Amino acid sequence: MQFFIEIVISGIFSGLMYALVALGFVLIFKASGVFNFAQGAMVYCAALAVVGLIDFGLPMWLAVIGSFLFMVLIAISTEKFVLSKLVNQPPITLFMATIGLSFFLDGFAPIIFGTDVRPIELGIVDEPILSIMDSTGIGISKFDLTASGVIILLVVVLALLFQYTKIGRALRAVADDHQAALSLGIPLKNIWTIVWCIAGFVALIAGLLWGSRNGVQFALSLTALKALPVLILGGFTSVPGAIVGGIIIGVSEKLAEIYIPPVLQDFFGGNFGGIESWFSYVFALMFLLFRPEGLFGEKHIDRV
Amino acid sequence: MLYRESGQFKVSYQSDSQIFPILQDRIGIIVMLAIAVVGVPFFASEYLLNAILVPFLIFSLATLGLNFLTGYAGQLSLGSAAFMAVGAFAAYNFQLRIEGIPFIVSFILGGVCAAMVGIAFGLPSLRIKGFYLAVATLAAQFFVLWCLTKFSWFSNDSASGVISAQPLSIFDYPINTPVSKYLLVLAIVLVLFWIGKNIVRSSTGRSWMAVRDMDVAAEVIGIPLMKTKLIAFAISSFYCGIAGVLYAFCYLGTVEPDGFSLELSFKILFMVIIGGVGSILGNFLGAAFILLLPIALDLTLPYISQLLHLPIAGSTVSHIQLMVFGALIIFFLIVEPHGLARLWQIAKEKLRLWPFPH
Repeated sequence: MQFFIEIVISGIFSGLMYALVALGFVLIFKASGVFNFAQGAMVYCAALAVVGLIDFGLPMWLAVIGSFLFMVLIAISTEKFVLSKLVNQPPITLFMATIGLSFFLDGFAPIIFGTDVRPIELGIVDEPILSIMDSTGIGISKFDLTASGVIILLVVVLALLFQYTKIGRALRAVADDHQAALSLGIPLKNIWTIVWCIAGFVALIAGLLWGSRNGVQFALSLTALKALPVLILGGFTSVPGAIVGGIIIGVSEKLAEIYIPPVLQDFFGGNFGGIESWFSYVFALMFLLFRPEGLFGEKHIDRV
Repeated sequence: MLYRESGQFKVSYQSDSQIFPILQDRIGIIVMLAIAVVGVPFFASEYLLNAILVPFLIFSLATLGLNFLTGYAGQLSLGSAAFMAVGAFAAYNFQLRIEGIPFIVSFILGGVCAAMVGIAFGLPSLRIKGFYLAVATLAAQFFVLWCLTKFSWFSNDSASGVISAQPLSIFDYPINTPVSKYLLVLAIVLVLFWIGKNIVRSSTGRSWMAVRDMDVAAEVIGIPLMKTKLIAFAISSFYCGIAGVLYAFCYLGTVEPDGFSLELSFKILFMVIIGGVGSILGNFLGAAFILLLPIALDLTLPYISQLLHLPIAGSTVSHIQLMVFGALIIFFLIVEPHGLARLWQIAKEKLRLWPFPH
């Protein structure tokens, strides 16, 4: 039982990490209808910028700010050179453009900031909290707990931003209907730039957390693939969906990883590890058969 | 002046519905076929055949497969490489386990296996649409590769799932030289393209397009959605499967499941988009572009670095390649979102009036 709880908790933590990447997808999809495949590359870029700037001799906090400015730069140039040229194109074209963007960023960032695998030191140790360990026997890492705290804080701040600020209202208006928002005088271009900046900020946080756990390396770019099942499970347009979806995927993935391979092994023999590469996708797929628009996604109504 | 169809009257229904209704097109195709069948084997070097022409034909075929699904039936898929893998491994196993099976039969059976897997993963398309479906097809990508790696039966218990394709022969005439492999691939690709071109002109193709343009409307006018979508998945996967078989047997010789990675799927999707969504000619153009681009970059980068007196390290070259590749994709999407096939159409319009445009 203790073991089970420990798995569930670690699943929740890793799920929140997935959710963080998924959040970036959701923000951009909500505001512009663009399925931004480059989110993973943005995570990689942001983390690489941080370690790169530290290598240049900047202190941590300055490096983080510098990296954020770098993300803003990427956001502005993406809007200017890519998105604004592709207005009114079908979604698949925009999707392809973001794949192109992800290739570009994957090549661009290492040229500037170097390719070596470097750790990010956030100053939080990755070890179990002793008091909880003593009383219940369950190990909860300080790092995981802090990371989850940061993620939840981020979501709350974003929710408040969306709900109560002028920018947030404009964002929601744009998400609802581009045309109507334009005719109300909401500057669409600025809004898109702002959304990409926010997504860049989320990517920066994700890059810091993932990077300090696994080191800053190209694999960070592939975190996007981890976030996709979360995204379809939670719904493309829902911020809480990303969080809930992340937790569900994280927990089910960890449980499956522990309990399914032994069963397969009994049947077929051999080694059946590594199911986390597909399990979350199949799980999300099964789920979609019952709710095609995800947990919290907007129900799609066809008008003919 | 040369490219003008005026005066070519169609007097029978048959002549009106031929694949190439314009005489000049027919002449052009015949000339190109003659070059491909007779000219190339005589004059092409081994490198050109092995490293460029064979993969070009194979990828054109895979691109056509994905184009059926994405371009004609409107179902975005990111799992084409997985279907290629199914085809390759299935054909390998048929060759391995059935004594004396003609290789063509095993190829077709490989394609059929891929089609069946395609139908299985196409089932969700009845409920799920758009990007949800695209992400769902990633399930096929990862699940199939995992199965091929972990169930060692598929690769005849070889380490990490590597298979070596068996040698091929027709009536005791071995197919092992680059030229013979090229001709085999060319023959299969031509037949399949001919069939494919006809599929998209038939009622199947028209119902695909109706579903693509608006599935609810298509359903209302009496097109069975389930059948249409599943046929699209089946035929698309069959084509991808055959492409996978050729990829293993005629191009690489030795393949492993990880070779059919997500990257390959993306490559094929790029070919579809760059070539032209919903176009047969575009498959060739897209495949040629995406295959030649890295080679061209490889050749030109050293010159550029010399020109600018910038020493470029080896790892940087690959990064610059990635960058240029991404930038070019974006550039093409901006300049010609309908793909290279559209450029050819525009050129055709111009040619009609050339050289007297007024």
